[in-house]
Amino acid sequence: MATTTHEVAGAAADHAAESAGMPQLDFASFPNQIFWLAVTLVVIYWVLSRIALPRIGGVLADRQGAITSDLTAAEEFKLRAKEAEAAYERALVEARADAQKIVLQARAEIQKDLDAATAHADAEIAARVSESEHRIGEIRAGAMEAVVAVAREAAADIVAALGGKADAKAVAKAVDARLKG
Amino acid sequence: MATEEAGSALSFHPMEQFIVKPLFGDGPVNWYTPTNVTLWMAMAVLAIFLMLVVGTRGRAVVPSRMQSIAELSYGFIHKMVEDVAGKDGLKYFPYIMTLFMFIVFANSLSLLPMSFASTSHVAVTGVLALAVFITVTVIGFVKNGVGFLGLFWVSAAPLPLRPILALIEVISYFVRPVSHSIRLAGNMMAGHAVIEVFAAFAAIAVISPLSVVAIAAMYGLEVMVAVIQAYVFTILTCVYLKDALHPHH
Repeated sequence: MATTTHEVAGAAADHAAESAGMPQLDFASFPNQIFWLAVTLVVIYWVLSRIALPRIGGVLADRQGAITSDLTAAEEFKLRAKEAEAAYERALVEARADAQKIVLQARAEIQKDLDAATAHADAEIAARVSESEHRIGEIRAGAMEAVVAVAREAAADIVAALGGKADAKAVAKAVDARLKG
Repeated sequence: MATEEAGSALSFHPMEQFIVKPLFGDGPVNWYTPTNVTLWMAMAVLAIFLMLVVGTRGRAVVPSRMQSIAELSYGFIHKMVEDVAGKDGLKYFPYIMTLFMFIVFANSLSLLPMSFASTSHVAVTGVLALAVFITVTVIGFVKNGVGFLGLFWVSAAPLPLRPILALIEVISYFVRPVSHSIRLAGNMMAGHAVIEVFAAFAAIAVISPLSVVAIAAMYGLEVMVAVIQAYVFTILTCVYLKDALHPHH
């Protein structure tokens, strides 16, 4: 273990000394290792701080930003969708109310028209009925007169046929009496 | 090491994998020499670059697989810093991310066969831990002035106990970089050495199936250890940073 090779002598002697113990304690190699470590660390630090870390940090920040803005946009869209739904709902209710009103109005109008038409028809029917009754009465009266005239003529003819002398007044009186009773 | 067990048939060199060697030729290891340390640290840098820069080049809002992994590791460390050190600790997030990415990639890449475990060296973890220790101490004094010493003065304890507790707190404060670095290096070194020992046993035909199973099991454990130790190192850094930013108990 006690290999203290200070001298940077011949390589062969050096190697022999090193293989006997721990190369970690070979102080002759320390400056070399420390120098190259320093170079390595400076290079890595330069690459990281100048290129790699700002780039990765930027990418991560961009992604975070994109996610956040997407989320807010989604939230906004959701809100808008909800608003639209509410508006639609409201419109539906209004439309339904309007429809109800229109139906009622239409029904009332139709009822009114119907009532008017019915009244008109009733009046017309009544007028026609009375007219018809009047005419029936006329016809009936005319018929009665005709019957009386035919009966008188027939009675006078029958009396004449039986050989009697037909007194027009007596015949009329007799026919009238007969018709009355 | 335990070479006496099977005589000359077995050769145990569990520590050879940790030797720092020059990449080209066989010369001495000077401070500037490109070594296997250089190679595997460069691999870590490359892997980090591929994952965090090339993987995220699409900057997609819906991420690809690689970008997703990069974002997960970013989010993981970012959240850790925020949760442990607080909002004002986020200023040091790139620093902590650097530590975490380096350690997790150095640990993981060291699990490739024939690779070199740079985080198994106390030289490396010691520098990391000292860097954290010094940074945190400087931040503590800059942000809180002398009030930072309140960290050592446990006002919740009864008055006679406080000086003793203060002494213990000071000692534990200065032991932090030691435990911080040895924990990582020790874990990495032990795991790799154990795998190497099991591998040496595979030379005996009778034991080799058991040895292979043991290596597979150790490898699984080491994958876990690689990530967990990186996590532990990072979260301890966050805890120390929290102490520096809010020293009052």
